[in-house]
Amino acid sequence: MTAYIIRRLVQALLVVIGCSIVTFIIMHALPGGPAQAMLGPRASPVQLRAFIVQNGYNKPLPVQYWRYVSGLLHGNLGYSYHYNQTVTSLLAQDLPKTALLIGLAIVVAVLVALPLGVLQAVRRNRPVDYVFTAASFVGYAMPSFWLGILLILVFSIYLPWLPPEAPQGSTVAAVLQQPAAMILPVVTLAAVSLAAYSRFVRSSSIENLAEDYVRTARAKGASQRRVLFRHVLRNSLLPLITLLGLNLPALVSGAVIIESIFNYPGMGLLFWTAATTHDYPVLMGTSIVVAVATVLGNLIADLLYAWADPRIRHAGTG
Amino acid sequence: MAASETRTGAQAAAADAPGSRASNRSMFRSSISVFLQNRLAIIGLGTIVFMLLFSFIGPLIYHTDQIHTHLSQVDLSPRAQHPLGTNEVGYDELGRLMVGGQSALEVGLAASVLASIVGTIYGAIAGFAGGWIDGLMMRILDTLLAFPALLLLMLITSIITPSIPVMIAVIGLVAWLIPARLVRGETLAVRVRDYVQATKALGSPTWRTISRHIVPNVIGVVVVQTTLEVANAILLLAALGYLGLGAAPPATNWGQMLSDGLNYVYDGYWWLIYPPGIAIVLTVLAFNFMGDALRDSLDVRLQRH
Repeated sequence: MTAYIIRRLVQALLVVIGCSIVTFIIMHALPGGPAQAMLGPRASPVQLRAFIVQNGYNKPLPVQYWRYVSGLLHGNLGYSYHYNQTVTSLLAQDLPKTALLIGLAIVVAVLVALPLGVLQAVRRNRPVDYVFTAASFVGYAMPSFWLGILLILVFSIYLPWLPPEAPQGSTVAAVLQQPAAMILPVVTLAAVSLAAYSRFVRSSSIENLAEDYVRTARAKGASQRRVLFRHVLRNSLLPLITLLGLNLPALVSGAVIIESIFNYPGMGLLFWTAATTHDYPVLMGTSIVVAVATVLGNLIADLLYAWADPRIRHAGTG
Repeated sequence: MAASETRTGAQAAAADAPGSRASNRSMFRSSISVFLQNRLAIIGLGTIVFMLLFSFIGPLIYHTDQIHTHLSQVDLSPRAQHPLGTNEVGYDELGRLMVGGQSALEVGLAASVLASIVGTIYGAIAGFAGGWIDGLMMRILDTLLAFPALLLLMLITSIITPSIPVMIAVIGLVAWLIPARLVRGETLAVRVRDYVQATKALGSPTWRTISRHIVPNVIGVVVVQTTLEVANAILLLAALGYLGLGAAPPATNWGQMLSDGLNYVYDGYWWLIYPPGIAIVLTVLAFNFMGDALRDSLDVRLQRH
C-alpha cells in the first residue's frame, strides 16, 4: 500500500511537471511570443522590448522555464490586461462558483445513476432496462448545449417555472441565494455524465449479482433489498470513484458550455470570454489550474479507491 | 444484444490457428454476418449513408444560395419554397443543414482516422518497447489527457483561425490519446501470449511478429474506437461552433447553426433550434451504434460468452 501510494504520488508529480511544460511550450508558440500575448496586439515595439528585458524573455529557455515554474509556485499565473487584474484574482473569484456547479452536478448524477443502474441490472433485458438503455444512448449523443436550450424552452418558456439564467452573484454565497436559478444548469451538467455513470453501474451490478457472495447472502435468507443495498450497491460504488476522477476533464468541458448557455459567471465563462478576446494569460493560467486539478482529482480518486477497497488496502503489506 | 446469438461462425474461425489466410477470410466473413444480423448496426449504417447522401448529394438536387444573404427573406417560417424556413440572414435552413453536415462528416471522419493512425503507432511503440520508454510515453499521454479536450481546442482555435483542415488537425490532435492508450494495452496483452512467445522462440523477426500477430489482434479495437471517435469529433466540432470558435461565415456547422438559433429562443423560431440538434443527435447516435455493433462482431472473445 505504501509503495503504491509513493509510486502514484511520483507519477502525479511527473504529470504536473509535464503540464507546466505543455503550457510553457504553448505560450512560446503564441503569435508574437509570450510578450505580445501578454501585452496585447496594441503594444508598441518599445513596450514589448522593455517587457521582454524586464521579465527575462531574452534569457535561455531553461532559465525562462524555471522563472515560469517558480512564478506558478508562488501563485503568479500571469496578468490579464483585458481585465487589468491578475489571473490569480480572477480565478479566485470564479473558480469556486464552477467548483460548486460541478460538485452539485456530480452529486445529482451519482444519486440518480446508482439506483437507476442497479434497477436496470436487476431487471436486465426487460422493458425497463431497454427504455433506460435507449435513453442513455440518446444521452451519449446529446450535445449539452442543445439539451440546455431544450430545457430552457420547456421549463422557462413553454412552462414558466424556472429562470432561464443562472444566478448572477459574484460569490458562492450569493449564488446559493438563488437556488431555483441553479436547477437548470446543474441538471444539464449532470445529464452529461448520467448516461456514462448509469451504464457503468448497470454493468458492474450485473457482474456483482453473479458473484458467490450474493448467492451466499441469498442462501442465508437476506432480503432482496438487503442484498442490493448491502452487497451489490456497495461493490458497484467503489469502481465509480475511479470513473468520477477520470470524468473530471469532461465535466470541466461541460461546465464551459453550460456556463455560456446560462450565463453563469464561473471559470468556464471566464475561459470562453478569454478565448473570444484572445486574452492569452487567462487562457494559459486557467488551463494549468484545470490540468493540475484534474491530476489531483485522479490521484485522490485512486487513493480513495485503494483506501476503500480492502483487497488493495491489504495488498503487499503481508 | 442480437450479436450474441450468432456465435457459431466466429467461434469456428476463432478455433483455427491465428494468422492462417483461410481463417482470416472466414473470420472476416463471419464478422460481417454478425454485423449484419445486428439491427442497431443496420440502423446506424443506414443513417450514416443517409447523412452522407443528404449532405453531399443533397445540394446537387436541392439548390440553395448559401453564400449571399437575403435580407428581404429573414426568419421565415417553413413554407413551400423553404421547407425548413430561413435563418436570420435569409439562408434556407434545409440547405444550410446540408452544408453544415458536410463539415461535420468531413471533420469527423478525417480527424478520427488521423487520430487512430497516430494513436495506433504511438501505442504500439510504447507497448512493444516496454520499460522506461513505455513509462515516459504513458506519462506524456497522462499529461495531455489532464487538459480537457474542449479547453485545448478553444485555446488553439483562439490562436489559429479555424478552417476545415485546421479543424481536422486540431481535433485529431486531442483525439489520438485514447486510441494510443487502448492500443498500448492490447499490445502489452498480446505480446506476452504463448503463441507470440512461441514465434519468437522459433526465430521470427520482430516485424513479422508485429504484422502477423500484434496488428491483427489490435485492429479490431482500433476500428471500433475510430467509429466511436467520429461521434466524439462531431460533438467537439459542434461544441466549438456553438461557442463561436468554428469557421467564419458563410461556412457553418450544426453547432454554429444552433448558437444562431439560441438568439431567437424567445421568438418561437423553432425551425432554427430543432433541425440542427436532431441532425447532431442522429449522426452521433448512428456512429455509436456502428461502433457497438463492430465491437460485437470483431471481438471474438465477447461472442463466446
